[in-house]
Amino acid sequence: MSVLIFVAKLIAGGALLCLGVLLALLYEGVDRIISARMQRRFGPPLLQPFYDVLKLLGKESIVPRRAVVWAFNGAPWMALVTALMVFLYIPMGALPPILGSEGDLILITYLLALSAVALVVGGFASGSPYANVGSQREMVLMMSYELPLALVISTMAWLAYRRGIPGPAFSLETFSSLSLWNTVGWIGTLGLLSLLLALLAVVPAEVGKVPMDIAEAKTEILEGLISEYSGRNLALLKLTYSVRTLALCAVVVALFFPWSLGKAMGFSGVGLFVIDFIWFWIKTFIVQTVGVTTVRTAFGRFKIWQAARFYWVQVGGLALAGMLLLTLEVAIY
Amino acid sequence: MAVGEAKTYKIPIGPVHVGLKEPITTWLEVDGERIVDIKVRPGAIHRGIEFMARERNPIQVIYLAERICGICSFAHIESFVRAVEDAASISVPKRAQYIRTIMLELERVHSHILWAGVACYTFGYDSAFNLGLLLREKVMDVLEAISGNRVNYGVGTIGGVRRDITPEAATALEDMLDYYRREFAAFYEVATEDPITKARMRHVGTLPPEDAVRYCAVGPTARASGLRVDLRWSSPYEAYADIEVTPIVPQDYMGEVYGDVFDRFLVRVLEVYQSLDIIEKALLGLPEGPLMAEPKLPKLLALLKAADGVGWSSIEAPRGDDTHVIKLTKGDENVTWWKVRAPTYANIVSWPIMFRGQEIADAPLIVNSIDPCISCMERALVVDKKSGSSEVLTKEELLKRSREKTRRLMGR
Repeated sequence: MSVLIFVAKLIAGGALLCLGVLLALLYEGVDRIISARMQRRFGPPLLQPFYDVLKLLGKESIVPRRAVVWAFNGAPWMALVTALMVFLYIPMGALPPILGSEGDLILITYLLALSAVALVVGGFASGSPYANVGSQREMVLMMSYELPLALVISTMAWLAYRRGIPGPAFSLETFSSLSLWNTVGWIGTLGLLSLLLALLAVVPAEVGKVPMDIAEAKTEILEGLISEYSGRNLALLKLTYSVRTLALCAVVVALFFPWSLGKAMGFSGVGLFVIDFIWFWIKTFIVQTVGVTTVRTAFGRFKIWQAARFYWVQVGGLALAGMLLLTLEVAIY
Repeated sequence: MAVGEAKTYKIPIGPVHVGLKEPITTWLEVDGERIVDIKVRPGAIHRGIEFMARERNPIQVIYLAERICGICSFAHIESFVRAVEDAASISVPKRAQYIRTIMLELERVHSHILWAGVACYTFGYDSAFNLGLLLREKVMDVLEAISGNRVNYGVGTIGGVRRDITPEAATALEDMLDYYRREFAAFYEVATEDPITKARMRHVGTLPPEDAVRYCAVGPTARASGLRVDLRWSSPYEAYADIEVTPIVPQDYMGEVYGDVFDRFLVRVLEVYQSLDIIEKALLGLPEGPLMAEPKLPKLLALLKAADGVGWSSIEAPRGDDTHVIKLTKGDENVTWWKVRAPTYANIVSWPIMFRGQEIADAPLIVNSIDPCISCMERALVVDKKSGSSEVLTKEELLKRSREKTRRLMGR
């Protein structure tokens, strides 16, 4: 029996990871088109990210003379695999996460952090001053956004626990089974809203997009920590950035927008699973368009100390305010 | 990341870099993100144009001068033909003077809009960059309507202009003036009211007024430091004497002057509006008359062959003072010698002052903030004084070397 479950999970997981990669690239294509239309341009073809990755896979992968070879070549794999693994822990609509019993929200934050660390290691290992600067910036950025991120996640878990939602507090399945928005009054709604905003503010930094593409900063340090990568390694890194964007948006959806379309339409059984699965990816797409595409089109790039201050003071303050509001909510009601 | 001891490392910006439009190397000595010192290493795009001119007659050199730079091409031929006219004592018809003024201002409009867009691109604000280039298309269309070309217009010639402002072109010009007065405000607001733009440009690359004087900054770079310098105002040429032009300095608009990148941005954006006004006035006052002092080329060439002496001209190009000096010898058809001093040549010396204490993230923005035109500039070597090495070229030394080179060229 357990062997059967293992095999089933293996197949489902493999399929899900393939789907994750395909969707990530597809969504990036749409993201580029939407951004272009906002700037009154036409933009690339929808499948451009696929062409880019395929082309890069066929190119020579150059390792700089001064690079630490194993770390330089290993980092892209590490970054991609850890980012992809996040999908295994996210419930997609009515579908429970494939490895739901093996990991929770804390593991997801660590996986995302590990993916960023792998990029940093790759940057330091390339032996290029640009990559070095990029890696330093990425580290500073990570230290900056981890505070609001941790605040948001722990507050959400605490609220779920206090509201008596069944299931382990940090498990994402808990959040998707019942929307937290329904369990709170207006103070709590305000609190949840500030947490959502804080989390959305963290998204650009996690996925390395403007205004937080400081570690890559094309016009400043020539793509920073990925400046020495080429060929297959660069294809992997491109995939990593797309996958991280999609994964993080999926986490936001699972945390804050668990509303089921299938149930509202009165579906059950397989129909419910299918409808909610598709609905989940539509919601993810909306979050990505609002949280990544619009933001990256509307703003310029921060400097690293400005970004650090932004996350520690403004976003940190917002997350803290959300935490206090929710505490107040729980204390009153 | 130096802890305890002051260990620095070097990062090159250039010669080829995404943030730069033309090749120039800036070696940054950095401590973490902070820039301690810089060294500018030009020399990647020197083409020897001044030397090539010595095998050509002045009319051929017009087209060579036009190709010194793709952005300020009319400024260069304007300065060149004025220098030749000075040497050969040719007077230019009134209508040609007005058309030249209109062309100069059109060029300023497209140069400044391009610069403002690129400045936004430098700190990742791609939307403003795209908007800027979209707006710039209008003036490019008008330039094409007048001259048939988008970049090197071929409008100027010795003793006049080769293209008239036809009634259709005048309509296109008026249309453009309306378009910019309507649409350009959007770009101005997008760029100046955005908090990130302000955070990236304010207090970055500051050039105090006293340093701007000491290091001979010119054009918008000097005006952004609060100096009232504008050749259109202080020594008017062509139609500028008829049209009131006052230098645009930030203190008149913002109350105070910082001399930073934001001020340079502001000055250029306001100058676009000023140029629109100048074009409008020049168009209204466009006098009737001939376009050229001497339309027959062989006759003009004979006149230039008979001319003897040094001609000199300095005009306000989009980036600052563009000076051309030319020597014609009687009986010699070719240009004896020709010296170009492009504005970037003067402005680039201020880079070390602007860079000191800034961050790596600011470097491309500071480099771009003087609107460098490297292929105009490629002449000499500039080294920061602070490095204290024997390579230092002080202002006096530069002056001395320039004089020596000129004497050598003159064969004395």
